[in-house]
Amino acid sequence: MKIAIVDYDIGNVRSILSAFENQGANVFLTSDKDEILKSDGLVLPGVGAFSHGMENLKSYDLVDAIKEYAISDRPFMGICLGMQLLFEESEEFGETKGLGLILGKVVKLPTKDSQNEKLPHVSWNELNSNKAPWENTILTDIEEGSDMYFVHSFIAQPRDSDNILSTTEYSSHHFCSSVKKDNIYGCQFHPEKSGPTGLKIINNFIRMCQT
Amino acid sequence: MNKIRVVARIDVKNEFAIKGIHLEGLRKVGNPNTMARNYYNNGIDEIVFMDAVAAYYDRNSLRELIQEACTDVFIPITVGGGIRTIDDIKNALNSGADKVAINTKAVQDPNFIMQSAKIFGSQCIISSIEAKKIGENKWEVYTDNGREPTGKDVVEWAQHVEELGAGEIMLTSIDREGTKKGFDINLYQSVIHSVSIPIIASGGMGKSSDAVKLIKHVNVDAIAIASVLHYKIESIKEIKNTLLESQIKVRI
Repeated sequence: MKIAIVDYDIGNVRSILSAFENQGANVFLTSDKDEILKSDGLVLPGVGAFSHGMENLKSYDLVDAIKEYAISDRPFMGICLGMQLLFEESEEFGETKGLGLILGKVVKLPTKDSQNEKLPHVSWNELNSNKAPWENTILTDIEEGSDMYFVHSFIAQPRDSDNILSTTEYSSHHFCSSVKKDNIYGCQFHPEKSGPTGLKIINNFIRMCQT
Repeated sequence: MNKIRVVARIDVKNEFAIKGIHLEGLRKVGNPNTMARNYYNNGIDEIVFMDAVAAYYDRNSLRELIQEACTDVFIPITVGGGIRTIDDIKNALNSGADKVAINTKAVQDPNFIMQSAKIFGSQCIISSIEAKKIGENKWEVYTDNGREPTGKDVVEWAQHVEELGAGEIMLTSIDREGTKKGFDINLYQSVIHSVSIPIIASGGMGKSSDAVKLIKHVNVDAIAIASVLHYKIESIKEIKNTLLESQIKVRI
């Protein structure tokens, strides 16, 4: 069993690698299309700007390989910017097209100025369940209300609310903090930076890749 | 209100964790990796490593320290001290850090903040500001670990770094640092209303009630703790319990 982490020069991938290794996975970094297509599990990491992320995926010529992997029914997880890139487009710095694997777009996190709420949203914050059940997903055995580490200014808005796996409240707004569509998952939070509970989510993903 | 982040600040000199008073008179307090691991296992929310003398020594020890930390510490890690080039930031992030804290270089060349935020994203650029009180509700920005005055006003500088794209501010009171006399509440009050990015309050905490007093007065986002943890005055659990009992939300 081999899990590939897409290496497209966007942020700290070492801690994701460490977290997967800590949970016993055979994991490697790659920018190679064939390696991606051969893997049993795929992770798309990323921090920073949406347009920068898409540009890098294009310049590494990985867009088609990732799309091809995504329809193969094997487990796929996007983390933070990597989750946002799964969607059709983002309004960050003008409209930028994403991978379009999940219907919906990425918008700025709404805040109320009156409450002195800040952006970026840098905080530990709680996961709440939505319509989709957590059993047999990356959130298996995760307790409702568990704290995860967030650092972002933009959020994904899936067009089909059935794709929303969890929501999180910030500035009186409930945003989509994790997403699921068939074999494709996304987390707006950083499981690799969210202590033992985050590692449990990574462990759940690893188990999926083994079956 | 957001959950308050409880951050362990570990100042590092060569391979040792150190602690001083007013950022001076440094004393060895342990192995930074052992301490980071211990704080992580006991529920700290974030770790900041500050290289106290980075400018004068080679940086390999710091890189190894971060590489080791990120193999068993799965919470955000910030590195500061001696960050002067885009390559320094790249090295820190590639070693496993999530954010870098920049002070001296930003004062010398404010565009460095803008440039680095553009390349790496605001979320990983922390502006570290060292503040020394120079009058009634007036503080001056210092650099080089509290040694060099700059003539800059802290409130104006905080606004400027936000405009330049810093994602957070770690604001250290040099006057309180290491004294365990409590946070300089006026300092944070003056800055919090002038900026809209998160503020990490650093310097002066001697007991958990000091944190309660600060947070009840000022809506800071995080508190950085050193002495209380390094000298085992209170455990992380005790600190978080005190905050919870005072209706301050924290991650449990």
